[in-house]
Amino acid sequence: MDIAQIQAYGYFALTVFLVLALYGYIYHLYTKKKDVDGIDYESYSDMALKDDLDDAPVSPKSDDKLTP
Amino acid sequence: MENRPLEYDYTIAKMFMFTTIVLGIVGMLIGVILAFQLAFPGVNLFLGEGLAEYTNFSRLRPLHTDAVIFGFTLSGVFATWYYVGQRVLKVSMAESKLLMTLGKVHFWLYLVVVAAVVVSLFAGVTTSKEYAEFEWPIDIGVVVVWVIWGMGVFGLIGIRREKSLYISIWYYIATFLGIAMLYLFNNMEIPTILGTSAAGESGICAWYHSVSMYSGTNDALVQWWYGHNAVAFGFTVPIVAMIYYFLPKESGQAIYSYKLSLLSFWGLMFVYLWAGGHHLLYSTVPDWMQTMGSIFSVILILPSWGSAINMLLTMKGEWQQVAASPLIKFMILGSTFYMFSTLEGPIQAIKSVNAIAHFTDWIVGHVHDGVLGWVGFMIMAALYHMAPRVFKREIYSKSLMAAQFWIQTLGVVLYFTSMWIAGITQGMMWRAHDEFGNLAYSFIDTVTVLHPYYTIRGVGGLLYLVGFLMFAYNIYKTMSARPVEERELQNASPMGA
Repeated sequence: MDIAQIQAYGYFALTVFLVLALYGYIYHLYTKKKDVDGIDYESYSDMALKDDLDDAPVSPKSDDKLTP
Repeated sequence: MENRPLEYDYTIAKMFMFTTIVLGIVGMLIGVILAFQLAFPGVNLFLGEGLAEYTNFSRLRPLHTDAVIFGFTLSGVFATWYYVGQRVLKVSMAESKLLMTLGKVHFWLYLVVVAAVVVSLFAGVTTSKEYAEFEWPIDIGVVVVWVIWGMGVFGLIGIRREKSLYISIWYYIATFLGIAMLYLFNNMEIPTILGTSAAGESGICAWYHSVSMYSGTNDALVQWWYGHNAVAFGFTVPIVAMIYYFLPKESGQAIYSYKLSLLSFWGLMFVYLWAGGHHLLYSTVPDWMQTMGSIFSVILILPSWGSAINMLLTMKGEWQQVAASPLIKFMILGSTFYMFSTLEGPIQAIKSVNAIAHFTDWIVGHVHDGVLGWVGFMIMAALYHMAPRVFKREIYSKSLMAAQFWIQTLGVVLYFTSMWIAGITQGMMWRAHDEFGNLAYSFIDTVTVLHPYYTIRGVGGLLYLVGFLMFAYNIYKTMSARPVEERELQNASPMGA
């Protein structure tokens, strides 16, 4: 097997891997619906809609900074 | 110290809003001059024979492209970053002296680099690499400016109150990383004073001159990997960042599907980087690379449309807002043009279509329906949304904004339709031959035929420039319009008659 063949197999394997990863990600998003912190992905839209300094964060980074 | 409630600090955002408008006027004005030079070659001498060196097409062309890409668009990206970044991370620039200083240094150094670019390009000092014309001292300046911006971005992220990063932040980060990588690799160059020729001469050429580290086919590959991804990370990624914030905010509607936005993000990141090969179809680069460029270009429709459809569906049930608000019109037409040019691009990247389209005006048309219809509209919409909030005043005139919208839309339509016809005519005429293989037309035949379309393109560009001047005037007047209370600004921007 010469280098060109190895490259070709490698490239094919990489493409398959990335396709699986992408579809796995889609499957994860639409079945779990929530991230590891238990927050519904869709509620992250509120980060734009409720973005005043005194609005409550969707998921606060730490409690001590909650009140600016 | 007086005990005032903390507020977002838009000092830096305002500074970059200013350069967005000024450099937009400069870049678009030069563009209009170039368009009329192509239609009427006499315009090359519009300041007389003596100044012909500075007014001819070839001298002005890089000034146009660099002013609209690195001047107008990048300023718009920075202005929106210094606005959106604070808001979705829920942290004020005023909370960190360091970030504030970095922001100011970022702005002033950027201005110095812009001045150096303008002077050097007018003087004809160039590396001759398209969209990467700057000589090495300026390149170093660009890198410093970029690193300072990056420190500001990650610094702000570091002190955030919101744990997760809003989708726009992902796109801004991708812009930073993407351009950093592209710019460094494409601009690898050696100052000629460091070199020695085969004949033993040293200290060749001026101190600022350099030669690329790549040559031949490699140079072409790196150049178009850069060129195409400059479109990706300059004209697509940060503009998607803007629309994901400004459209939901202005309309008060949550993004149709946040999950789809995440998915499109990773799709775009993976696919875009491989598509640059379509600029080199039928050239000396390996055939498999050309095919890969074509295939990835076609796949690119999916993530692009994922974002665009997500934006259009965000307006679901709220379409009356599009009719009522010229600001939302700009964004909805922007995402429509995004869909349109991300379909047109892949079509042009198909090998058989490219055989006709390559080197013709259809390509120029494609670029401009993307940048005028999508990038320009979105940046202007973003600034219109920001203006009442950073100046705490209502937008000076809603009707002026509406008039601007229709004038510019007409301008874009005239631009791309004339370039379609011109491009396809050109492509067909170049290929036409008789039964013995002799070419049917000489080059000047195509020039004669294309003249009316070049004139229409010039008019289209002029209309867009007129609209941009209306935009500049509207923003300028907004700075002294009726003041508004903070709570009036929740969603839809307040506008005067």
